[in-house]
Amino acid sequence: MAKRSVIPFGPQHPVLPEPIHLDLVLEDEKVVEAIPSVGFVHRGLEKLIEKKDFNEYQYVIERTCGICSFMHGMSYCEALERIFDAEVPARGKYLRTIWAEMSRLHSHLLWLGLLADAFGFESLFMQSWRMREKILDMFEASTGGRVIFSVNKVGGVLRDMDKDMLRSFVDAFDGMEKDIKALTSTFLNDFTVGSRLRDVGILTQKDVISLGAVGPMMRASGIAIDTRKLGYEAYGDLDFEIITSEDCDCYARCEVRIKEIFQSFDIIRQAVQKIPDGEISVQVKGTPNGEAFNRVEQPRGEAIYYVRGNGSMYLERVRVRTPTFTNLQALIKTLQGCQYADVPILILTIDPCISCTER
Amino acid sequence: MREQYDMREIGHGDIALRTLEHKRGGYRLGQICALRTEGGYELLYSFIKDYHMTNYKVKIDEDTEIASISDIFPSAMLYENEMTELFGVKIKYINLDYHDKFFRIEQETPFK
Repeated sequence: MAKRSVIPFGPQHPVLPEPIHLDLVLEDEKVVEAIPSVGFVHRGLEKLIEKKDFNEYQYVIERTCGICSFMHGMSYCEALERIFDAEVPARGKYLRTIWAEMSRLHSHLLWLGLLADAFGFESLFMQSWRMREKILDMFEASTGGRVIFSVNKVGGVLRDMDKDMLRSFVDAFDGMEKDIKALTSTFLNDFTVGSRLRDVGILTQKDVISLGAVGPMMRASGIAIDTRKLGYEAYGDLDFEIITSEDCDCYARCEVRIKEIFQSFDIIRQAVQKIPDGEISVQVKGTPNGEAFNRVEQPRGEAIYYVRGNGSMYLERVRVRTPTFTNLQALIKTLQGCQYADVPILILTIDPCISCTER
Repeated sequence: MREQYDMREIGHGDIALRTLEHKRGGYRLGQICALRTEGGYELLYSFIKDYHMTNYKVKIDEDTEIASISDIFPSAMLYENEMTELFGVKIKYINLDYHDKFFRIEQETPFK
């Protein structure tokens, strides 16, 4: 009979970028159950809405995450724009789309580095992050920040990018794309990498729906849903196909994210080509009175925002359902039945962001 | 282009039935959240199929105990633990009940 033991995993662990704790119930080397604990970095960001007015809160909400900070700010503003029934000028929408895709690029490159580190390819980790630095440099040049950007406002954006800057970004993408192609061929074609990722952490389509997995976790199981197809911001004007894979394993999740990197380059190129001249924001007057849901596709998947105002400067409620929050249940499912040595890879393939999850 | 979604109000006794209907209809659980109102709570349940989102609003008193839907959608467990701990919503039969220890915070919960 197999020996049963409980191994604590995290919250501090070399492979974990953020604090999550798992009690892993093992039978010899096989995980039979995983019980998650979060709550080490809960900051009460939703509660803070009582102390900051709806304009100031934009600067709070983007601190939900250090990777998707732009998208959190954007989604919060979009929800309020629904309440105000304000239409952001076309140029503002295109600028938001470009920054959103740059966020996806740097998030996926960061994740590739972490994954490479998890399976012991340190040079690959450093090369991935070297690429990511270039995107961060572009953020710094265009917004003034590398992590927190503060360029969103209710009604549009606060900064513009001129033609030369946009052109220089697109020119830089050509070289980066070539380097990233060389880099990602190791992830996709190396035998050792394949042996760690293939047929590990299978998540069927049925599981995805039942457990509510989103983003690359969902698309890697063959479900073609991408919230960008709702057409928010400038996505309705841009041509892109949803990237999916049918393999349902860790390799498929890696493949989807890699293909999304190249797709983001393409979306930004299209946006730079089509971006119209004009205003970047509209003035929104008054205070929010009403409620609205808003959804966006963050790098880790669909995020849901709920905002309710009562006609005062202070909102009654802001709710952020981040992608990792809903992907946690899928992680628990994929851990059941896996080998203990695969646990780090499985945790990483959901691309966990615990600071997002706990808010 | 802005996404359109439904918002309907239901009684707390209908939550399980509606959830089951959506589960059978191929929906996934989008989110659940709570907000405080005078003398009670408003709960919001969101279900999503493809690109369509349906939301249900449930108004309950502070003392009303509702049943968990974590048997139908296992991921509801996380939302329900959060609502119980941070808002004080009374929920019974949660699949994995952390008993107010989901968030390891020093502040006394639920937040008032």
